Amino acid sequence: MKKLYYDVSKCLACKTCEIVCAVGKSASKELFSSITEDTKPLTCVKVKDAQGKNFPIACRHCKAHPCVDACIAHALSYDAKTGRVLHDKDKCTGCWMCVMVCPYGAIRDNKKLKVPVRCDFCADTDEPRCINACPVGAIMFLEEDELESREQSKNKK
Amino acid sequence: MKKNIKSVDPATQEMLKWTEKECIETIWDRTKLQEPHCGFGSLGVCCKNCNLGPCRIDPFGEGAKYGVCGADKDAIAARNLLRHAISGSACHNDHGRDLALALLALSEGKTQGYSIKAEEKLKKVAKEYGVEIENKSLKEIAGEFAKKILAEYGQQTGELIFSHRAPKKRQELWRKLGIMPRGIDREITESLSRTNIGVDNDYKSLVASIMKVSLSDGWGGSMVATEISDILFGLPAPVRAKMNLGVLKEDEVNILLHGHVPLLSDVVAETALDEELIKKAKDKGAKGINVAGICCTANEVLVRKGIPVAGNFLQQELALATGAVDLMLVDLQCVMPSLARVAESFHTKIISTHEKARFPGVPHVEFKEERAVDQAKELIETAIDNFTNRDKERVHIPQETSDAVVGFTAEGIFRHLGGKYRSSYRPLNNAIIEGRIRGVVGVVGCDNPKNQSGGSHTKMVKELIAHDILVIQTGCAAVACGKSGLLRPEAALEYAGAGLREVCEAVGIPPVLHGGACVDNSRILIECCNILNEGGLGEDFSDLPIAGAAPEWMSEKAVAIGWYVVASGLFVLFGSPLPVLGSENLTRYITKDLFDIIGAGWGFEEDPVKGAHVLIEHINKKREKLNLRPMMHEPLTSKKDNDALVS
Repeated sequence: MKKLYYDVSKCLACKTCEIVCAVGKSASKELFSSITEDTKPLTCVKVKDAQGKNFPIACRHCKAHPCVDACIAHALSYDAKTGRVLHDKDKCTGCWMCVMVCPYGAIRDNKKLKVPVRCDFCADTDEPRCINACPVGAIMFLEEDELESREQSKNKK
Repeated sequence: MKKNIKSVDPATQEMLKWTEKECIETIWDRTKLQEPHCGFGSLGVCCKNCNLGPCRIDPFGEGAKYGVCGADKDAIAARNLLRHAISGSACHNDHGRDLALALLALSEGKTQGYSIKAEEKLKKVAKEYGVEIENKSLKEIAGEFAKKILAEYGQQTGELIFSHRAPKKRQELWRKLGIMPRGIDREITESLSRTNIGVDNDYKSLVASIMKVSLSDGWGGSMVATEISDILFGLPAPVRAKMNLGVLKEDEVNILLHGHVPLLSDVVAETALDEELIKKAKDKGAKGINVAGICCTANEVLVRKGIPVAGNFLQQELALATGAVDLMLVDLQCVMPSLARVAESFHTKIISTHEKARFPGVPHVEFKEERAVDQAKELIETAIDNFTNRDKERVHIPQETSDAVVGFTAEGIFRHLGGKYRSSYRPLNNAIIEGRIRGVVGVVGCDNPKNQSGGSHTKMVKELIAHDILVIQTGCAAVACGKSGLLRPEAALEYAGAGLREVCEAVGIPPVLHGGACVDNSRILIECCNILNEGGLGEDFSDLPIAGAAPEWMSEKAVAIGWYVVASGLFVLFGSPLPVLGSENLTRYITKDLFDIIGAGWGFEEDPVKGAHVLIEHINKKREKLNLRPMMHEPLTSKKDNDALVS
């Protein structure tokens, strides 16, 4: 159950993750042509800042997942085995309840396609595209215990 | 994937294995660490011209549409592009100034080892500048001419004399559009001021400024540099030479000349022939002194003296990694700041010589014209002394070299094609009119690790000559094709279409003509003028079946060159696009609308073979408009697949 983690001490807010994410959601998967597609692809990750630190925000696939409970159409579901929140776009009515209840503000509304814009860890590839795109290595895709052991070894230093 | 194949050149491939083994970092390693490149930068929609920002426009149209100041993506992309063009033009213009100052110093007797090598050319150009040449010594003429050129740098109003070499119609158009350059330095200063916050924010007006400043390069600084280099160091003439890392010698003192300005390098090449120095080298156990070049300094001494080229831009680190270089002299432009780190692993000494360019960890010996020969001697002695420090165990020189015949100038074509007694462009014009030669394309510019190094040039040029297009080259692009063997006259038999082949065979030239360094793209402008003057192919550059291409461009100088070629009326094709695609308006303006305004514009195509066909189509259209005869021969369908070369 790998998840995305961000090192707030590294993020420079260059927004490269936003760009590669949007390109990954485009039809062509290529920067130069993606910006001219009829339906502009939207990034699932947004770089924000608070308390002098920058950080990308994307769906945490959190254990609480209030979005799943709030979804009136049962389009959102939680797969306990993979620890991921899944979305069925055929069932989705575009009511934006998920957008409202997300405590992280990590879900946005695609008004044109009437579906929530949510990180799916780049379901069409092995790994989320943003991890390799980040020029400072602030984005990690790890198991929870991997993260903990990293933190511990960091503290030892 | 193309990423795995770093270069088409076997010497480069071999050296990359070696550098990996020796843990020497190269430009390819650094490229990997920078990828993916920032999308905002690639699209041209980030701006850091003031402290309101830095700002970025969301290319997907969701977030910020304007910078903090209110500038839209059109203004931001155009301003950024203008800054590129200014920096590129400034490089060429200042290079030209260096040569003009050297010519002036020569006339005042303040130089050592310089002389006027192209007397006729000096007289001709001086006359153009209104210098009275009767009853005057060459030095007097040179002095007056140099002063007039230098005055054009500071000129506030009026026009550059060399711009009057352009066709009348073109000059009129420049005046009508307000893009005729007035003074060389004025255009640089004025256009730079436009990019400050809150000055020029209209992309069309900014594009006009790009063209104006670039014209001050093409018909100003670059042309000044070419003409004075010819006067001081001689008009290039066809000469046979060798290219690639294999020109480095295991048993000789190796001196590499790297950079762009020929003022010192030419003297070093000359001085290295000194018997005493050679004897000194022999006393130290070397068999002789081997001078070779990198980048455009290499091209300058290559086309004039046949000095071998060790490599182009991407090979500068690899040349040092051979462990066989005793001294590398660097002046300016395209010199990687990483060189000192490579040299650290070996005995190799690097010395910077130009007042404008310093490199961390590199000692500096400032070049002075009045001591040119003495300095050259001292530097060569440094190299000789360093030869004994060479660790023979760690020398690794790839064997590859290619033969090339180089040194084709606008002046030379008169004789190559017309013969000694009736020198003329007529045979060239006739060959185009009759359909033997489809047209001409200048394939120029840098090499870039984003591309498969040199692969783009070779593939594009092969496709062009197979379609009977005569290719003119300069700079690193020329060296790339040289390494692939395309600069040999025999290349016409192997790769050229039947029509082009007939012409090449009749006069004994290669199908790909190497004209010199990147400032020498000004030669291509003059060649176009000469073709127009000969008659039968229209009245303006925009009528000609001629185009330009830079499939692996990377330097801002390439931006300036591309723009002065477009502003002169020739279509230009770049490999990776200029950083403008983030602005639809600017992109449309320079790739479509400009054709109706200036008679030319831009194209972008990353695939070199597809790019060649864009150029061929363009030339076909121009032929049609001129009502030229249909092509005599079908294009050569290559038996050797382009990809065969890659493996």
